[in-house]
Amino acid sequence: MIFTLKIWRQKNASDNGGLVTYKVDDISPDSSFFEMLDSLNQQLIARGEDPVAFDHDCREGICGTCSLYINGRPHGPLKGTTTCQLHMRSFRNGETIFVEPWRCGAFPVVKDLIVDRSAFDRIIQAGGYVSVNSGGIPDANTLPVPKPAADAAFDAAACIGCGACVASCPNASAMLFVAAKVSHLALLPQGRVEAERRVQNMVATMDSLGFGGCSNTYACEAECPKEITIANIARMNREFLAAKLFAEKEKQVSFSL
Amino acid sequence: MALAGLFLVVFLLVHLGINLMLLVDDGGHSFSVAANFMATNPVIRIMEVVLFGGFLLHMVFGVLVSIRNRFSRPVRYQHRSATETSPFSRYMFHSGIIVFIFLVLHFIDFYCIKIGLVAPPEGIDRHDFYHRTIVLFSDKGYAGIYLACFLFLGIHLNHAFQAAFQTIGLNHNKYVETIKTASTLYAIVVAGGFMVIPVWFMFFR
Ligand code: SF4
Ligand code: FES
Repeated sequence: MIFTLKIWRQKNASDNGGLVTYKVDDISPDSSFFEMLDSLNQQLIARGEDPVAFDHDCREGICGTCSLYINGRPHGPLKGTTTCQLHMRSFRNGETIFVEPWRCGAFPVVKDLIVDRSAFDRIIQAGGYVSVNSGGIPDANTLPVPKPAADAAFDAAACIGCGACVASCPNASAMLFVAAKVSHLALLPQGRVEAERRVQNMVATMDSLGFGGCSNTYACEAECPKEITIANIARMNREFLAAKLFAEKEKQVSFSL
Repeated sequence: MALAGLFLVVFLLVHLGINLMLLVDDGGHSFSVAANFMATNPVIRIMEVVLFGGFLLHMVFGVLVSIRNRFSRPVRYQHRSATETSPFSRYMFHSGIIVFIFLVLHFIDFYCIKIGLVAPPEGIDRHDFYHRTIVLFSDKGYAGIYLACFLFLGIHLNHAFQAAFQTIGLNHNKYVETIKTASTLYAIVVAGGFMVIPVWFMFFR
């Protein structure tokens, strides 16, 4: 197969960048999108040019490292897949393919197609965890979890933190990602303990980082490779509202020596 | 924004109910009785202030969120988005602006006359909304603008109604489809209901 690629090239964060056109041929329909890019990079290296920088790690759809906004869709044209799971047979022979980085003020471009997604790490640091003291392993079933709750929590926990939800959202909102993290913990007894503080802190951090507000276009749900549903956003909104209205005030302890 | 919007959703139904009395063929009697009740009942007078507040909140939040959302993506994509979303949902701000323009017109035509800020047209009492309406709708251009604005209101509502439930956290696979259907039905009934009135006056009177 042959393809014309229009790839975003940008030297570094302060460079303006722009689309550059490349041609690739002799591509197997069964090669993955990244293998296609690898072969382009081989060509570029052979010509003494700078290869295209893009993020990838596991290449099996579980780590959330890959990105790429392909022909107007994050992770390309296939539903429920990451870019690393995309194959060239999903494109027409001779097709022109636009490849751009995620676009969001909170995800600045580092180089070419690589963006800095550490804004997501900031949000996780604000509450995406449970605090447990180490000790002996608890007996099985000391903390019963209802099966439907376990299933829903597992579905939410499938979020790999790739940021496609932000990339697809017309408002560059991070609601689906944050909702997945809030839901996953709020549904389990271990997560309930810090649920009120968690949702408030994570939402406040999300807002402070410059992500947009949700206007319910549901673009995130349409593009999420793990098919996280917007029901999670509704759950987060409920949690948030309840926490704002009913959370007990936290006692402030001031230490003095 | 969602709460103010849901409040406006209720208001629109009340307003539609009263307007539909224009269609009762009794020379505007039922309509005038209803309009008079709305203009004198103290509870409704208080609600009018709340209503202004509701509109204001909804608009201010709408504008603030839209501004914020424009800045959240400083560098735009070169390729237009190919994500499948409902087109209604992407243009809420735009349909909102059209509804706002209609509100301004509506204010000049009725409210400002009622409170005496603008002089009513020749021979019509400033509290006589029935004849005022007939005069306005006899102008084909005005009726056209009116119809177009309500088409956009319908588009706005079709998305807005169900989105408000999602925002306040009411999304459950048991009833989410019902809410979506109700949303579309509500939009058709409200926009259609208001649009029937000028059509009726243009063609059947
Ligand atoms: S919610 Fe989906 S699209 Fe968003 S970060 Fe998680 S896996 Fe990626
Ligand atoms: S490279 Fe790990 S999910 Fe794509």
